[in-house]
Amino acid sequence: MLRIANLKVSIEGKEILKGIDLEVGFGQLHVLMGPNGSGKSTLAQVLMGSSQFTVHSSQLRFNGKDLKKLTPDKRARLGIFLAFQHPVEVPGVSVFNVLRRAKQAISGPVSGSSHPTSSTKSNSERKQQSPGSLRALAGTPSAAATRGLSAFRQELLEYALSLKLSDDFLRRSLNEGFSGGEKKRSEILQMMALSPKLVILDEIDSGLDVDGLKLVSSAINQFRFNNPRSSVLLITHYARILKYLKPDFVHVMVDGKIVKSGRLSLAREIENKGYQAINF
Amino acid sequence: MVNGIAIAKDYKYGFSKPEKYVFKSKKGLDRSVVEQISEMKNEPGWMREQRLRALEIFEKKKMPTWGADLSSINFDDIFYYIKPTDSQKKSWSDLPKEIRETYDVIGIPEAEKKFLAGVTAQYESESVYHSFQKQWEDKGVVFLDMDSGLREYGDLVKQYFGKAIPSADNKFAALNSAVWSGGSFIYVPPGVSVDIPLQAYFRINAANMGQFERTLIIVDEGAYVHYVEGCTAPVYSTDSLHAAVVEIFVKKGARCRYTTIQNWSSNVYNLVTKRAFVEEEGIMEWVDGNIGSKITMKYPSCYLTGRGARGEILSLALADAGQHQDAGGKLVFLAPETSGEIISKSVSHSGGRTSYRGLVKVIKSAERVKCNVRCDALILDERSRSDTYPTMQVDEDNVHIGHEAAVSKINADQLFYLTSRGLSEIEATSLIINGFIEPIVKELPLEYAVELNRLIQLNMENAVG
Repeated sequence: MLRIANLKVSIEGKEILKGIDLEVGFGQLHVLMGPNGSGKSTLAQVLMGSSQFTVHSSQLRFNGKDLKKLTPDKRARLGIFLAFQHPVEVPGVSVFNVLRRAKQAISGPVSGSSHPTSSTKSNSERKQQSPGSLRALAGTPSAAATRGLSAFRQELLEYALSLKLSDDFLRRSLNEGFSGGEKKRSEILQMMALSPKLVILDEIDSGLDVDGLKLVSSAINQFRFNNPRSSVLLITHYARILKYLKPDFVHVMVDGKIVKSGRLSLAREIENKGYQAINF
Repeated sequence: MVNGIAIAKDYKYGFSKPEKYVFKSKKGLDRSVVEQISEMKNEPGWMREQRLRALEIFEKKKMPTWGADLSSINFDDIFYYIKPTDSQKKSWSDLPKEIRETYDVIGIPEAEKKFLAGVTAQYESESVYHSFQKQWEDKGVVFLDMDSGLREYGDLVKQYFGKAIPSADNKFAALNSAVWSGGSFIYVPPGVSVDIPLQAYFRINAANMGQFERTLIIVDEGAYVHYVEGCTAPVYSTDSLHAAVVEIFVKKGARCRYTTIQNWSSNVYNLVTKRAFVEEEGIMEWVDGNIGSKITMKYPSCYLTGRGARGEILSLALADAGQHQDAGGKLVFLAPETSGEIISKSVSHSGGRTSYRGLVKVIKSAERVKCNVRCDALILDERSRSDTYPTMQVDEDNVHIGHEAAVSKINADQLFYLTSRGLSEIEATSLIINGFIEPIVKELPLEYAVELNRLIQLNMENAVG
């Protein structure tokens, strides 16, 4: 679904990504590891369409579409989602307000009349799809779109509850005054709400304590269960989150290049010996 | 929501109905025009004398040059009085069709159902529609257009009219005092709390027509009232003038909130004088939103005359291409233990200009005054401009006065974050602006807040497209 070939990226004349090749298939979980400053976060931002970087000759395709010319909102509408490493504060704009608009932009009108038959159908769909404890995390985008605004709010409240976010969370200004852990859980809540096809998690594990890490990991697993064709690219510095997640592939990035790819054992190796010990 | 969109579109493109008037004065201003206005209204002699004295003051006073550029106003090219229909209308269905249609676009009937205790909808120079819910009448609350107020409560009007803002206060107050027409007269008896906002809508619907409404509000001891006025106007190519005067008297322990959203079309000069006198333990709150007009100069004021009185001014200004919003507020502390706050939020874009202009004055002996001023400006592009002109005159040492000012731009990280969630750049920008002004918008009645958010998005769409 995602195909990156020879991706070269620079900022203010300085080359940061020096030829990245990466393919992510449907339903896969890829983990991208690497030391600080290796270019991991740059890759995440470039995939989302940040305008502060210059993208040079390369191939960047998502489900056959060329991403290079697309602005971030168009990429989001194709189903790409980035959980930010440092989510920015937007004073005076509530979490709900942003998510309502985001949902609308990505999946069509959230408000409006909810057709009785379609809502019945969506309920039964939900039951079939999600027998787990986090049943609320189900809900296909098309179903959510027809259920109306209050149903959407209810859905978000359930996600918030499952992530141990407070009752008034949806009313709070986006990321303003959030603790480090709340910011990360908020990103995960947004992922759940928008049901993206490709999720990029940029250091979602940093700033989380053990309980937070478990919560977030279990939410990611549930998301993958509910959205079996959606793929995840998880960027991390540490292997500790891999205690809870089972990646299909692990890549190691050093100095703007992917220097090694493998399976889970590669992550274990890094955890035990550090990046320096990896034999490139 | 659907309604809100329709409203915003029509606001933007303007809508004007065929002009249908019973009487229109000649263009320009002289003694005969003023006399004619007074005669048409069948006023008492003292008001006629007051008008004529005000005219003399107006003619003598120089144009103010310390603020926005007013040099293009041509006083000879303005109609000073237009009477749209022949009599006051009581019920909605009695209104002429085109006026009804115009108000339908603004959404008055629905708003009335939900929020209103009474409506004074001013069409041109005169209130044509006036309804008031019986429950307030029974409590002795008076809510009339100013002309009726003068007729029915002559003594009360005479006691207060021009006492907060004398004709000699400034050139435009003098002009208003000479040719005023319409506006609202409100009296709330002691201890009565009017807990649903009283609303009035003002419109200009004729080319070159000045609108000079005059509002007088008296909130007696321990009473409460919230008055809301919203202004919209169709787009015309020639310049128009709006010079209103609003006088408010807040008695001991009373409270008054006055909310304005003005969205005059971009050719209107909006030069308004608003002042409240606040007695012991009284509270005055101005919530003042300026979206439209070519030039606005407006600084709602609180004169805190009694111990423990409080004044709050929330000022909001949005300046688009060709607009200059020169807004702010004045707090005058005349007694001990008085307190006040001015919060100003302004947004300028597409070459628009905002100015914060404020006065904080504390006289000697006004001890233990507490005052806080905060003005934040958001500038969206290089062509736009924002300035701050704060004035402090503090003659007492034992006071607490704070002043903060900040100028900011739209943050690229915020835009990237919101667009990564699927919002278009326009939508994201609008949302950031809405968030910036939220501390003031949250004080507005719900329908205004919704309209305002829509308007901002529409402004952004036009700014880009």
